[in-house]
Amino acid sequence: MGNKQTTFTEEQLEAYQDCTFFTRKEILSLHGRYRELAPHLVPLDYTNNPDIKVPLSLIVTMPELKENLFRDRIVETFSEDGQGNMSFNDFVDMFSALCETSPRELKTVYAFKIYDFNRDNFICKEDLQKTLNKLTKGELTAEEVTLVCDKAIEEADLDGDSKLSFADFENMISKAPDFLSNFHIRI
Amino acid sequence: MARSVNFDLNHPLIEYGLESPADEEGVHDSFNQLIAEQSQNEEMFDTFDQGPLGRRELDKEHQDFVYTSSPPHTFREREPDRGEYELEEYGEQTDPLIPERWSSDTLKILSSMPSRTIGRNRGAIISQYCNKTLQLRRRRQSKPADRVFSRSSRPSIRAYDLEADTTDSESRDLTKQDQLVNNLQNLSASDRERMLRGMPLCLTVKKKLRELASQKEKQTRSSSRINCCSHFKLCIIKSWYTWSSFIHSRQMWKVPLKRVSGRFGTGVLSYFLFLKTLLFFNVFLFLVMGTFLVLPQAVYPPEVPANRRSFSGLELLTGAGYFSDTVMYYGYYCNYTLHRNYNSSTQAWSTVKLPSYNMPLAYFFTIGMAFFITCIILVYSMSKSFGQSFRIDKSYSILAIKTFCSWDFRVIKKNSIKLLSENICTQLKELLGELKPKHGRNPWLERLRRLMVHCLAWLMCVAVTTGCVIGIYYFSDYMHIENQKQGAAQEASLLALPVLVSLINLLLPGLFNFAAWVEDYISPSVRTYVGLSRNLMLKVSVLGVLCYHWLGRIATDGTDYIKCWESFVGQELYRFLIVDFIFTLLDTLFGELLWRLFSDKILKRQRKPEFDIAKNVLDLIYGQTLAWLGVLFSPLLPAVQILKLLLLFYIKMSSVMMNCQAPRRPYRVSQMTTIFITLLCFPSFLGSSVCVTYAMWSIKPSESCGPFRRLQTMLKAGKQWMKQLAEENASLSPLASAHAYLVENPLFLFVGAGIFLIVIYFHSQVLDGQRKIITLLQEHIKNEGEDKKFLITRLQSIHEQKRPSARKLTNQDSTELQEDKPQFSNYYGSSTSG
Repeated sequence: MGNKQTTFTEEQLEAYQDCTFFTRKEILSLHGRYRELAPHLVPLDYTNNPDIKVPLSLIVTMPELKENLFRDRIVETFSEDGQGNMSFNDFVDMFSALCETSPRELKTVYAFKIYDFNRDNFICKEDLQKTLNKLTKGELTAEEVTLVCDKAIEEADLDGDSKLSFADFENMISKAPDFLSNFHIRI
Repeated sequence: MARSVNFDLNHPLIEYGLESPADEEGVHDSFNQLIAEQSQNEEMFDTFDQGPLGRRELDKEHQDFVYTSSPPHTFREREPDRGEYELEEYGEQTDPLIPERWSSDTLKILSSMPSRTIGRNRGAIISQYCNKTLQLRRRRQSKPADRVFSRSSRPSIRAYDLEADTTDSESRDLTKQDQLVNNLQNLSASDRERMLRGMPLCLTVKKKLRELASQKEKQTRSSSRINCCSHFKLCIIKSWYTWSSFIHSRQMWKVPLKRVSGRFGTGVLSYFLFLKTLLFFNVFLFLVMGTFLVLPQAVYPPEVPANRRSFSGLELLTGAGYFSDTVMYYGYYCNYTLHRNYNSSTQAWSTVKLPSYNMPLAYFFTIGMAFFITCIILVYSMSKSFGQSFRIDKSYSILAIKTFCSWDFRVIKKNSIKLLSENICTQLKELLGELKPKHGRNPWLERLRRLMVHCLAWLMCVAVTTGCVIGIYYFSDYMHIENQKQGAAQEASLLALPVLVSLINLLLPGLFNFAAWVEDYISPSVRTYVGLSRNLMLKVSVLGVLCYHWLGRIATDGTDYIKCWESFVGQELYRFLIVDFIFTLLDTLFGELLWRLFSDKILKRQRKPEFDIAKNVLDLIYGQTLAWLGVLFSPLLPAVQILKLLLLFYIKMSSVMMNCQAPRRPYRVSQMTTIFITLLCFPSFLGSSVCVTYAMWSIKPSESCGPFRRLQTMLKAGKQWMKQLAEENASLSPLASAHAYLVENPLFLFVGAGIFLIVIYFHSQVLDGQRKIITLLQEHIKNEGEDKKFLITRLQSIHEQKRPSARKLTNQDSTELQEDKPQFSNYYGSSTSG
């Protein structure tokens, strides 16, 4: 490697490489992207693990997330404090879980968390309604939305509690071959 | 062992059910313990009932009402009617199965159940991964150590804070963490990495685990002797990872692909990825051919015939002329062992101090090997793609899947997102429309009418295709005779047949689209499949008649006109490739650029032309089939195909970005990708390998050119070599006889194919059995759900029976309690937190 970088120590880079699906180069470029969100906040030197968090409002300005309908939920899910303020670890984790080589099981877990708006570990009818309204941007009438929600829960709910638990969600996702290719953000 | 479920009402009350009523730290192994705890708590509450803390109890009862409606905020809106509401609630004793009637305690138990906590709760993730790694360790035959999986869902910091409160949980978590670290350390490096990467934990925790695991590993390593085998394996794995990460980072065309996927989504991206795949196939072919055929022949050039033509520009189009006596075509290759080269200036042979090289054998084996390896790679990628998209269980979660899985996270541009939203909206509306009962005027008449229209359309398509194919057949015959009459003078007339075929390939799909539009299919996926099958039928029949023309007519034609039929066929294929490329360019120009300008300026519409993914992919497959057909006759054809694909990528990319919009109709990416890979394997590769095999097996090579001249068939080269080996070396004679018996005997092939079919049949039977098991398991889950409902209602009824008196109080005091609630909860919380 030609240029010497002082952003991370070798051990740090190895740790990142082992725990995520990224290579060293990609981690360094990710750090560059993270820094350009808030250059005054994020230091160049991360060797002593500074505890810096970039707020939600800045993270959703990234072009990959800016127009995404679920951007707030995605950032909140991957942030440690649940409010959307991401440290660099959270940032890397988010893109690692959503990358191409991430396994289906991991993506399913995070997809469930993202779609669970009220964070009660179930996707209930209200969560579904919120998802649908976001997806269709109000094009469907309220009656149609209710109908779709009822039908969807009826189809996917296996144990009959009219809510989708993680097991129900996972079972449904396993039948959707497009899930892996769609649930992917390229950085 | 189960933790005590924390019935701290302080926490959930304030947030009105926005947070999980469950304790995130709970790990539950036993339901019995929970019930015991629950009944203990109930006794505790019963003692409060009579005391001065009766209001606290009322508060708790009030909280029951908080949970009886979901969402809580709508409950608040109903405040003025609260009295009636409560009465109503208890009036409805008839249906106790409504979840809304369950008390907070029941809900807490429910949400703490192991099956409900998977995916979010720390404890559940821990236990799940515990089992996983235990199984993995048992499989790898290491000592079954206890696993600790510290699942920390986000937020993890809060989790640690909660841990600090209760001492026993802290100690337990520490031991769990130790267990996890122990397990991780006992796994191999690759397994450990895979486990770490796949855990749904936050990165800080993962890094800490990794650090602890490697620390311990260092300690244990120093104490025990290092197995050199595992050390070697570790080195190999590390080098493989660095190599693959290097390859990954040098991803070709990363930025343009990202731009395309950001604007058009995964559908259009799949076309470009398919192009990339084809490029790699051709690069592989080119490397193999280049190393084993082109290079040796270029180093040892043979004697050049006297009438070799000079270079004129037309060669690039026709492939004949100067190119016909170069390494490009079959005819140039020598049929003897190369050990000397011919110097054209001095017109003499000179021996070179390089190893000799058996050209015919090399040609034979190189072609065979290239096709064999391509076959393996194709079948492997096809089966992988098939495995990803094929689902055994054909159940119907269409709406649910549409809601959750149809959003393409890769799309970045605003307009594309709007389009995608509209797309999903349309699909959902269509699905809803299918759910509603159809009331037609007369369904039978309607169906008959549709059937008639479909039949007519198909008839027309088949008729047109057959007409074109017959036309090609007669035209090729005519051109062949014409060229014979005119001799070798008119090179440009050789382009007539390729131009006709490309024209047909360009115009007929338009006709098929028109027919599909007339037919007006209800389901868009059926429309796509019908269009695909019609195009496929056209291309297969065109290629079929062309193969007959080349292998059946030209190869067996004994006239003097074509001295070297293999080179001629190679040149034909080169011409077809080039003309196909030119027509694709023209189509891109007229179909996309000019159409967009036309619709912009003249029609003044905002809609740009759509990028027809299926048609473009079929064109790619067609081109690749031609390349595979021509490899035997023109070893440098893969190089031409590589250049063509590279140019095509950039031209299509710029055209798409400038002129097109994303497809309006829904496009199922993984299914279509599987179909395309299957099409690449089955009609395309299989057809070309069958043709090549036929050419090598049955057709007599030309007498005056090529590495197989003066042999009966090309295969005889291999047989000759075996015979030679056997003669030279007596010990190899059993090999020769085995070869003679097995490979040349067609019975062997039949038996092999039969065994293959039997294996496939067995696998399909296994699949059927698995389908049956899945339906049984689903029944089982439903029954378990019923059981749970029953138990919960029993719990609830017991709970209600134990507190009949408190109910009456709430009706009067509820409104007062409403305002005082926060203080009460604080009071209650502080007294129970100890």
